[in-house]
Amino acid sequence: MYGTGLAKGLMLTLRHFIDSFVDDLRYGLRKYSHSTDNFGLRQGTEAKGVITVQYPDEKVAVPERFRFVPFLIVEDEDHPTRSGKDWCTSCGICAKVCPPQCIWIVRGNDPNTGRPVPEPEAFFIDIDICMNCGYCAEYCPFDAIKMDHDYELASYDRTSHHIHDKEKLSKPASYWRSIAPTRAYEEMLVRGTWEHKDAAKEARRGSASPRASSRAQETQAEAAPAAVATAAAEAPAPPAAAPAEGATPWSEDDAKREERRRKALERKAKRAARSGG
Amino acid sequence: MVSPALAPDDVVNALSIEDSIAYLKSKHPDAVADDEREGYSGVLVQASKLVEVARAIRDDLGFDYLSSATAVDYLGAGDHMEMVYHAYRTSGGGALVFKAQTEREDPEIPSLVRVWRGADFQEREAWDLYGIKFPGHPNLRRILMWEGFHGHPMRKDWREAYYEEEQKPFDNRWPGGHAHRSEEKNVFGKNVTYPPDIDLNRLMDTSESEVYASLGLGVDVERILDKDGFETNELVVNMGPHHPSTHGVFRMVLTVDGETVTSLEPVMGYLHRNHEKIGERNTYLHNIPFTDRLDYISSMGNNHGYVLAVEQLMSLGRKYNPPTYRCEAIRVMMVELSRIVNHLWAIGFWLNDIGAFFTPVLYFIQERERILDFFEAVAGSRMMCNYMRFGGLFGDLPERIKSVSNLTNDRIRDYNTMQFLTEMVNERIPRTIDELEQLLTQNEILLERSIGVGILSGDDAINYSAAGPLLRGSGVAYDVRRADPYSIYPELDFDVAVEQDGDMYARYRVRVTELRESVRILKQILPRLEATEGESIWADGKPGAYAPRVPFGEAYGRVENGKGELGYYVVSAGGRGGSSNPWRYHVRAPSFINLTPMGLMSSGYKVADIVGILGSIDIVLGETDR
Ligand code: SF4
Ligand code: SF4
Repeated sequence: MYGTGLAKGLMLTLRHFIDSFVDDLRYGLRKYSHSTDNFGLRQGTEAKGVITVQYPDEKVAVPERFRFVPFLIVEDEDHPTRSGKDWCTSCGICAKVCPPQCIWIVRGNDPNTGRPVPEPEAFFIDIDICMNCGYCAEYCPFDAIKMDHDYELASYDRTSHHIHDKEKLSKPASYWRSIAPTRAYEEMLVRGTWEHKDAAKEARRGSASPRASSRAQETQAEAAPAAVATAAAEAPAPPAAAPAEGATPWSEDDAKREERRRKALERKAKRAARSGG
Repeated sequence: MVSPALAPDDVVNALSIEDSIAYLKSKHPDAVADDEREGYSGVLVQASKLVEVARAIRDDLGFDYLSSATAVDYLGAGDHMEMVYHAYRTSGGGALVFKAQTEREDPEIPSLVRVWRGADFQEREAWDLYGIKFPGHPNLRRILMWEGFHGHPMRKDWREAYYEEEQKPFDNRWPGGHAHRSEEKNVFGKNVTYPPDIDLNRLMDTSESEVYASLGLGVDVERILDKDGFETNELVVNMGPHHPSTHGVFRMVLTVDGETVTSLEPVMGYLHRNHEKIGERNTYLHNIPFTDRLDYISSMGNNHGYVLAVEQLMSLGRKYNPPTYRCEAIRVMMVELSRIVNHLWAIGFWLNDIGAFFTPVLYFIQERERILDFFEAVAGSRMMCNYMRFGGLFGDLPERIKSVSNLTNDRIRDYNTMQFLTEMVNERIPRTIDELEQLLTQNEILLERSIGVGILSGDDAINYSAAGPLLRGSGVAYDVRRADPYSIYPELDFDVAVEQDGDMYARYRVRVTELRESVRILKQILPRLEATEGESIWADGKPGAYAPRVPFGEAYGRVENGKGELGYYVVSAGGRGGSSNPWRYHVRAPSFINLTPMGLMSSGYKVADIVGILGSIDIVLGETDR
């Protein structure tokens, strides 16, 4: 009969309408609870009605592999020897694999020897350009750059807020372990330790610094920053000043850049002296 | 080997690619020669004889489907322009690749539009982006750029406004990378040039007739308004570019007689960003996330086509490990899930177009959400999946789909991945498809709106290089997964959806059948995933290099994506140890080529039907405009 197809379809609409209310009643006030059970169920395979997540009163927590604008890992404050040290060795791989080329890295140089040191002096990511592809995190050989889970980054002025500098990018290693516990654990298994690769290597190597092998690796300083780390540790340490970074480092002039560079190196030398002595 | 004495009828559809080439060479000994460059295949055809040879390829040899026609600029590598054609048989099998070369200065190659109408838009694109002229083309105008654009942007010596370097990675990012924003150094407005003969005032024309004249559509507004000296009912109607029915920024210029459409001209390019130029600056790896942004509804399929093309090239070299079985199984699963997403989306929005506003589409995309949740947990992103790698994947399936609370008000979820998948494939998706059918298949309004509207005949569909549900809805059972199988499709059990009527309803039916077939494939994938549990997704157990070197050669990787045949033509210029950036990176975009028959399908129908017809083709502008 003409119209039966239509009526059948409308029955379906009615059923969805009722199901949504039934689901709502079923969960009642519990739907405001943070417990996994409720939310997982409402969002899960059992749910029948049409359910909307009431953002921002409730948000769907993102899964571990979720990727949004990267951040740099620095050692936790309470780390016995490397507190506050960057995991990044400024090897430059992330800058090379970045498809829209939005990563900018200034590699550190030892002020005395002029040789590169395994620590970035400055690190910028233009988050307007970043396409959240996750390559930097995927290909970083030191697990030093990770994709963040905080997607609420809106700001009023893109020209002054959207190039993240090192200060803004840095987050402690414990933060990464808290947002992605499984992945952090898997990475630890691959590395063989919770420590940074280099720290682990140095620990294994013991106190006697094998100068000969460090020489041999000097020619490939880029590929083997560990060797450079040893070299830096042996350099004499000038007194250090408190770290201070410009508010908008990308727009500063050369003099300020030079200043920032000097301070970073001093900081580094101080740290080297501490761990070496 | 075939003797040239054989009558053409005897050889139709019968010869292998090698024999077909031998046949061509014997028939046109002075015009056809093997392409002997390392890593290349097919034949080089003399431009002056191209149309003749193309006719032989179509009529004598039965290669009735022109899949892709694109240009390559070999500046510094022979200094010539080249058109590359990939022709297939709709009965299945591999490609007959043929090429024609021309000078870089004043390049000219005869048009093949008379042989395959499907060459129409593709030749216009080659003119637009490479400046190759096609004598014999009925309507050779720019298609993605506007008239008045300076230069032909895909030529190797053309540089974009924000040009930095020929190839990535750029040198100034590391080790001395002091960030700046490129628009500060390169102020907009000062970085544009105009061709010497362009009259900038013309761009500000206000009279309507001049607007259409500048489009060069061959539409004379005055004439229509004042035909034979008195007023008629024929009008020019401009739909879009900002129109909700065009699924993005897309424009159709119609002439209507009363309510009946007499002609239709698609105008596109509003979302053009020269994806292919970006692709040639990029390294091979860089391109994968960019492919996500083509057909952003089904990024998994886009990834798949591209990695297949590059894997073809890599397999020419020495160090290449094909993906493991588990990797292939996961790839196919992801691609089939995105086909479901695509069809749910396509049907839903097509319904919006013909008046069932948003209720059905919301029911469908509820299931889409679930699939995207899965993508997010596995690949890290809902739509921009960037999941496949050369010879592998970003990562294996996680054991649990699990989240950790991080922001305020975060609600966490935790599912077992295999259980989630099993329930989705066995219960949720079939349930949604059942609902979809209950809602629509017998719905009288839908039947009346869609049966007999937007008809495209099977012959036209082939000749216009239509692909996907548009082709199969016209009675041509051509599905790349069966016609030219890749990955593990040969061992999977599924049917090619096909409908004979060629109207909107037939396309709808094809999509519904494909939804069910995808579920059928997924049901076969699940046990395969369980059987390969623990197997690595990489052949040698560790992820591929971040800067793979790709040996010299060309490759055309194609997949059956939700919208139709998606192909990638990739050329590696090689060099010692291979190249790290593609020399040519071309996307055969189904959304773009499927618009070629749009005018044909629309004339004779009402204005309100046009919206539905466009919806039934299922385009996405990220891919159309590239
Ligand atoms: S790849 Fe890792 S270690 Fe190397 S520069 Fe980038 S963040 Fe630092
Ligand atoms: S996520 Fe991708 S685009 Fe963003 S900084 Fe990392 S590599 Fe670059």
